[in-house]
Amino acid sequence: MSDENIFSQRFEIRGGDFSNAGKTSTSIKEILQEVGIDSSIIIRASIASYEAEMNVVMYAQKAILTLNITPEKLHLRLEDDGPGIENVELAMKEGFSTATEKMREMGFGAGMGLPNIKKNADEFQVISQPGKGLSLDITIYLNSTG
Amino acid sequence: MSQYFHSIRIDPEKCNGRMKCLRMCPTQAIRIRDGKAVIIEEKCIDCGECITVCPHNAIIPLTDPFGESSRFRHTVVMPSPALYAQFGREILPEKILAGIKKLGFDDVFDLAFTCGEVSFAIQEYLREYNGPKPLISNVCPTIVRLIQVKYPALIDQVIPIDTPRELAAREIKKEKSKSLGLREEDVGIFYLTPCPVKMISIKQPAEKGKSHIDGAIAISDFYGPLLSAMEDIEKRSYRESLKSICILGMGWAMVGGICRTLRLKNSLAVSGLNQVLKVFDDMERGKLKNIDFIEAYSCPQGCVGGSLTVENLYISYNKILKLIETLEFEQIKACPDIREVRKLYKEKYFLLEGKLEPRPLTPLDKDLTRAIRKRKEKEQIFKSLPKIDCGVCGAPSCLTFAEDVVRGDAEVGDCIFNLPQKFAELSGELSELLNKSVIARSHKPGIDNPNNKKDE
Repeated sequence: MSDENIFSQRFEIRGGDFSNAGKTSTSIKEILQEVGIDSSIIIRASIASYEAEMNVVMYAQKAILTLNITPEKLHLRLEDDGPGIENVELAMKEGFSTATEKMREMGFGAGMGLPNIKKNADEFQVISQPGKGLSLDITIYLNSTG
Repeated sequence: MSQYFHSIRIDPEKCNGRMKCLRMCPTQAIRIRDGKAVIIEEKCIDCGECITVCPHNAIIPLTDPFGESSRFRHTVVMPSPALYAQFGREILPEKILAGIKKLGFDDVFDLAFTCGEVSFAIQEYLREYNGPKPLISNVCPTIVRLIQVKYPALIDQVIPIDTPRELAAREIKKEKSKSLGLREEDVGIFYLTPCPVKMISIKQPAEKGKSHIDGAIAISDFYGPLLSAMEDIEKRSYRESLKSICILGMGWAMVGGICRTLRLKNSLAVSGLNQVLKVFDDMERGKLKNIDFIEAYSCPQGCVGGSLTVENLYISYNKILKLIETLEFEQIKACPDIREVRKLYKEKYFLLEGKLEPRPLTPLDKDLTRAIRKRKEKEQIFKSLPKIDCGVCGAPSCLTFAEDVVRGDAEVGDCIFNLPQKFAELSGELSELLNKSVIARSHKPGIDNPNNKKDE
């Protein structure tokens, strides 16, 4: 496919920045609305991108989230410099979390992040390099209903 | 006729293009074109912020003038409970209702009572409901429109119980036409409104074909005449008059009032459009799932903060609050019978007549491939702009300007910062033209000599 049919935007997310948490997923939602993506897909994309964003805010220093839209699919790629995930299989289980007491007090760390992304994505890949960082690959097809 | 009816009009005679509304509009629905403000209809959610901010009163709410009721054979007025907060503490609903009747209407109806019924109906609905949470109150038409336009994902969480004003109007029409032997269309129902948006919910309901209400009169237009009409009404004691007030109904005038009077523990109340946007953003991300019910109002402090009210919104909020506290203290509950409400609820008496559908904004292009290209183009244009949101181009921000350009509603050259470039291009073209004409002229014999011209 030619490049001109792909919309691509990069967002920088800062770890620990709870007051701006959620802004990236809101921007993504607005872009999807502007190009006229179906609202049921927008909901899934917003939830997936929000969970990915919160993952960075809670565990990493910095991350780049790249949104790609083609006429066929949405693709979100997130690369952070956090600790990675030791046991990806475990992290995909609902209720599993390594969040600190403080994070839980704020209402985060319910262990629903990655499972929630999986639930809302058509394809979801987690590539973890413990100690170096984490990369998430989220794909949602535009003609699917999930 | 345009697709969407709005209760707001801009008077071009009065508009000076001062851009206050341009900056204030929460949905970026205003542009300045040829020095005058214009409204982009599909983006407007009728919140009324522009009316309040305009220094020239050039933005006019389209309510019905007071006294436009002659086409009906029988007229009934129903005031929003926010009216009860517009006067001194000793003036209670009973007196206000008597005052309204003196102004030439056949009857007056205390809407607070129906509000009480609907409070109970909401309680019933919440008890049975097990879909996604929280449910959102639909009392504020601006909030309902905001959800239709910006948060289509939340639309199924808007509570499908009809509003008190619609339910009351429906019942009054039925009863009056029966008892007076009139046709329903001969009974005129007028709503005394604290805000212009109720007017559109009457002219163009968000979910059904036609409203049961025939007109809306601004509280601010009604205030003066009502004040003098109440002057010689016999005074009953404060305590005596308290006995007829439905505490549940009074809650509808202010933010948090429904939750408080129903004693809903797991609820949330939010007012002011910018605050509502924040809460809805959180909701859309799946937060707030532990909350059962959200009361959301576009106006700060709820309906008492409507742009067509008279009293300062904090004072009127406080009046309602004090009244509720007094009624709680005195244990006065002049409210509908909950058993009766439950019976009606089972008969689907309170259910909304139509279904609320999303109203997403027109995308940049109908074709996704082209829309994606335009979105890229928008990003590129935006990057080239100064990003100071000066508004001189007529758009509220550089970002909206970039969007206007890709939609074909504006040109890049409309940006004042592109003027030097435009000027350079123009002067380039001009000198090129001049050069050409000089060359052309020099080919014409004799024209270079001014003396020849004289001779012609």
